[in-house]
Amino acid sequence: MATLSDISPRGSHWFTPAMGLAAVIALTAPLWLEPAGLYQYIGIEVAIWLIYALGFNLLFGYSGLHSFGHGAYLGVGAYAFGLYQLHVEVGLWGGLVAAMLAAGLAGALVGACVSHRRGIYFALLTIAFGQVFWFSAIKLHWLTGGEDGLLNIPRPDLSLGVVRVDLNDNTSFYYFVLIFLALTVLLMWRMVNAPFGRALQAIRQNELRARFVGYEVWRFKWMAFLISAMIAGLAGGLFAMAQQSAYPDVMSLHQSGLIVMMVLVGGGLVSFWGPVLGVLLYFLARDILGGLTETWLLWFGLLFVAMVMFKPEGLAGVLQDLQHGRRGPAKTSNPSLEVD
Amino acid sequence: MALFEAHNLHKRFGARVVLEDISLAFEEGQVSGIMGPNGAGKTTCFNVLTGRYRPDRGSIRFKGREITGLAPQRIARLGIARSFQMMTLFDQSAVIENVMLALPAFHARRTQVLRSVFDKQDLLQQAETVLKEVGLVERAWDPSVSLSYGERRALEIGVALAQQPRILFLDEPTSGLGLEGRERLAELLQQLRSTYTIVMIEHDMAFLFRLADRISVVHWGQVIAEGDPASLMANKWVQRSALGGLQ
Repeated sequence: MATLSDISPRGSHWFTPAMGLAAVIALTAPLWLEPAGLYQYIGIEVAIWLIYALGFNLLFGYSGLHSFGHGAYLGVGAYAFGLYQLHVEVGLWGGLVAAMLAAGLAGALVGACVSHRRGIYFALLTIAFGQVFWFSAIKLHWLTGGEDGLLNIPRPDLSLGVVRVDLNDNTSFYYFVLIFLALTVLLMWRMVNAPFGRALQAIRQNELRARFVGYEVWRFKWMAFLISAMIAGLAGGLFAMAQQSAYPDVMSLHQSGLIVMMVLVGGGLVSFWGPVLGVLLYFLARDILGGLTETWLLWFGLLFVAMVMFKPEGLAGVLQDLQHGRRGPAKTSNPSLEVD
Repeated sequence: MALFEAHNLHKRFGARVVLEDISLAFEEGQVSGIMGPNGAGKTTCFNVLTGRYRPDRGSIRFKGREITGLAPQRIARLGIARSFQMMTLFDQSAVIENVMLALPAFHARRTQVLRSVFDKQDLLQQAETVLKEVGLVERAWDPSVSLSYGERRALEIGVALAQQPRILFLDEPTSGLGLEGRERLAELLQQLRSTYTIVMIEHDMAFLFRLADRISVVHWGQVIAEGDPASLMANKWVQRSALGGLQ
């Protein structure tokens, strides 16, 4: 089985036909979504969740830190964007920077508290902090608008010198979000193969050895938490633009569980592209299966159970098996621990 | 002054005293051995010396500097490397990456986030040099989990060497190795002794007596005898132990 820490074969292409196909599908989505019986907004929603999922997998898959309260940072980003627009100025970049900084600050504080913990204690603490944010969003009515949240958040125009792009048009906004998605993919791809990312993966594999070769393990975990929270904050800011509102439900345990489910079903534990598959599968299930039955989430939940029981490597694992099946077994895939 | 000194180390776990006023000194350029029966406190002693456990009292000095109670990562960065009795590798990573991760040059770039480690030719070359030293260069790009037991032992040492240490602590390096594996390891350590100060815990007394310049015998958490292999042969405890068969 391939794993996240595998090294691509030397001389392999950094851009594959599958990536090219995905790029073409993404770039032409506004042309075929409606003829395919879908709607423009789903493209925006999928792209935002892809950003969120890719950032989340830096923590969940690459660092092995099982955060179950990550919706908090999506929510903090959404609220920060909304508050900036409603109380500071109507400004695109200022709002998005505020979303990332606010989520980053929240992630830095929580990360400092949880990075010294492992396993179930880490997971429980992330849930607890997630609930603190969710509860605060409901109770701090004067700031967050309570259960109703912040409404009528404007979508500022994108200003490119003399050209102004109206992002209230969903097609324009889709391409705007797509640019951020491309940047997130590029950043994450570079990061997981750079010294920082490889050190994170080493810590995930063997924390004891990592400490004894000189790594400040908690600092790496904290940085992963911070970066992941900032990316969730960016996704949250874009989500607030898309919804033109920010509300507590985004921070709920249910929403935090959703991202875990997407990443696991997609195969985020074994592949960089796992979260992408998971998000696509979820939205396809919601909009196609959801058109056929109201109980679509039950079926998706059963799929999740089946995946965890029979193929914990997720969809990406299934695809890797098919690929290896075609090419024959990998040269070094079988551990051989015989004693001399 | 010895390169590495420990004075009056004391460590207890609950009511059980594991180390009781142990003092040890390891001279630069020597191979030092620690031997003793199971449960004597040898591995706890290593764990205290390398920062895994904090001693309840006593002091540890490296190159004259007090390092008592420092975290393992700080001790590692001072030039103290160790291997483990239970093999402790990055199993899902390639052999070469296990070594790269331990290189000081990699560590200096540990917060870089944009350039792939596999584009860094200097890191690859340094890692290959270490792998040549431990005889694993042919397996460089295989996952470490695919190595044989003996190769994994060699990689354990390779990871420690990659840290470019001044002193190398090896915890039962022959554990689980057959005769051929032990022989290869003895050859490797003979090569390394000219470059590194080595301290090793070893159950295989024939192996230890062949390599060590000086040996400390630990029992009941105390050093009960010390000396060069020849003088220890005359020690009563050593004579009563399995070493009697060597004479």
